[in-house]
Amino acid sequence: MLYREAGDFKTSYREDSQTFPLRLDRWGYYATLAVAFLVIPLVINDYWANAVLVPFLVYSIAALGLNILTGYAGQVSLGTGGFMAVGAYATYKLSTSFPDISILIHILLAGGITAVVGMLFGLPSLRIKGFYLAVATLAAQFFLVWLFNKVPWFYNYSASGQITAPERTVLGWFVTGPQTSAPAKYLVCLVFAVGLAWIARNLTRGTVGRKWMAIRDMDIAAEIIGVNPLTAKLTAFAVSSFFVGVAGALFFSVYLGAAEVGEAFGINKSFLILFMVIIGGLGSIFGSFAGAAFLVLLPVLLKNVLVGTLGWPTDLAAHIELMIVGALIVVFLIVEPHGLAQLWRLTKEKLRLWPFPH
Amino acid sequence: MEQFLYAAEVVVNGLMAGVMYALVALGFVLIYKASGVFNYAQGVMALFAALTLVGLQNGQVPFAHMINATFGTHLDTFGWTLPAIVAIALTALVMVGLAIAIEKLVLKHLVNQVPIILFMATIGLAWFLEGLGDVMWGADIKMLDVGVPKGASEALMTVTEQWTGYGFYIDRLDIWAAAIAAMLVAALMVFSQYTKQGRALRAVADDHQAALSVGISLRFIWVLVWSIAGFVALVAGIMWGSKSGVQFSLSLIALKALPVLMLGGFTSIPGAIVGGLIIGVGEKLFEFYVGPLVGGATENWFAYVLALIFLVFRPQGLFGEKIIERV
Repeated sequence: MLYREAGDFKTSYREDSQTFPLRLDRWGYYATLAVAFLVIPLVINDYWANAVLVPFLVYSIAALGLNILTGYAGQVSLGTGGFMAVGAYATYKLSTSFPDISILIHILLAGGITAVVGMLFGLPSLRIKGFYLAVATLAAQFFLVWLFNKVPWFYNYSASGQITAPERTVLGWFVTGPQTSAPAKYLVCLVFAVGLAWIARNLTRGTVGRKWMAIRDMDIAAEIIGVNPLTAKLTAFAVSSFFVGVAGALFFSVYLGAAEVGEAFGINKSFLILFMVIIGGLGSIFGSFAGAAFLVLLPVLLKNVLVGTLGWPTDLAAHIELMIVGALIVVFLIVEPHGLAQLWRLTKEKLRLWPFPH
Repeated sequence: MEQFLYAAEVVVNGLMAGVMYALVALGFVLIYKASGVFNYAQGVMALFAALTLVGLQNGQVPFAHMINATFGTHLDTFGWTLPAIVAIALTALVMVGLAIAIEKLVLKHLVNQVPIILFMATIGLAWFLEGLGDVMWGADIKMLDVGVPKGASEALMTVTEQWTGYGFYIDRLDIWAAAIAAMLVAALMVFSQYTKQGRALRAVADDHQAALSVGISLRFIWVLVWSIAGFVALVAGIMWGSKSGVQFSLSLIALKALPVLMLGGFTSIPGAIVGGLIIGVGEKLFEFYVGPLVGGATENWFAYVLALIFLVFRPQGLFGEKIIERV
């Protein structure tokens, strides 16, 4: 009763092909956007922005990107951390070389640069498949991190080897640097997340997305019915890397402010984002957000319980946290291998009938 | 001549390092062949085994840190030290227990899932084991000494000095590691060729359903193969632990084993050995000749890039089964 698909009639093609064809979905989406844009910026404080909301949005973008590659196009990648580093270093180089241009344009350009790098490392996917490809993408991860560590040009020859985000403003508000307010950080990330999610949603519904899914389901069959694997796989790598690059740029410039490549963009980041995609649900836009929310909130929650309530020392709590997160992931995979998105689908299924049994 | 001899020394040391990679890769191959699971936790298993071994040897109280934090006590050690051989045997038992637990709690519930889910589960397992190892035995770097000789081999140095006029530096530990790895592979070969369980194991590796239909218990084979992988992890843990101390970075060698596997093919035991040797020699030579030109530390990525380039020409690896695809 609460969730209805019936009775929602369309009278034009335009209506039928809008982003959210169901009225209920559309209202829910507008309501979420209204809360996200109008309510949260007024009540947000530094703790919530830095510990929960900003990382959630940034990781959502990265998870969206990886979900396009892994969930929609079926190419497993373990190089996400490396591609995030490309986005971060590209923003750093661009914003320090051209300080007059808006940082938002730099972030988008950084995404573009990452897309090119991603396509380059995506080339072997035409020959290698499955786990072999997953391990091959590790080459991107380790090579890129090494490159940003060893070539001083990338970090402007700074003595510490770190990159620090220069202070930049958008419409008179600081969005990077230490003076940035919590609402500004949040809003910048939110604009990117909403825009990119909208693009992802529409890409995956259209021709490109269908080609990706055909390649994912069986690449030889897809090739026979006329999908060009070269363009399909490379566009998947390009679009995915664009998203991941933007996420890396935001992660460094808005969220962290200063970054050291091995620490911020190491192999663990790649796994973390892959987990978000798997736990959220492969091949689902909603799942990318849900997975990111889950893995951002879980450590915060565990830390509050273990350190705050039980009073254990932080190093012990960190190890226990690792254990619990690991165990939870295994439990999750056993209970619901299709992720949170599947739970959401089941909930909708239930709501369709509730409170009636049939 | 001097340059050539020096390069030769680099090659020999690379071979020795390759043996160490092969030790880890071996565990991967065993599990992948028998259960189709790509076990990311193999490296962490080596770390866990080494931590347990050191803990047992020194008579540490497990979970001491946690107990102290909860009850305000000051536990540290039981005050005894076990002889190495007893500690190794006990650790092997722990690894068997671990294999049973993994089968019961994880694998049994994930039968028939797609490979990526199983892979993810082993990453979750790796995080859990890493946390568990640290909570049980403490996170500080420990020295492992089970009596494997260390340091430069004097005899070899003098012999090569006499023959070529240049003393080769080779760590005795590496020689031991090579010998032990050879013994391990030989033992595994004998086991899989001449024992009933070994044959069952190969049958499962060949075809799950056919093996089931002739009455082989899949679950027993899984426990068996994870136990063997645990034992291989223990050997790798002892070797790596004696070489560079028992610490977190030990689990990262597992990642180095991945390109080894890609080179050799996921399903081939000789492939793991040969792949390990190629990677070991390749990265040492590359670091020796090219490393100084580009700022060093190329060992971090060389193996992956080599494997990547190699796979473009031969997607199934050196010894892997040929990939045949049907629509």
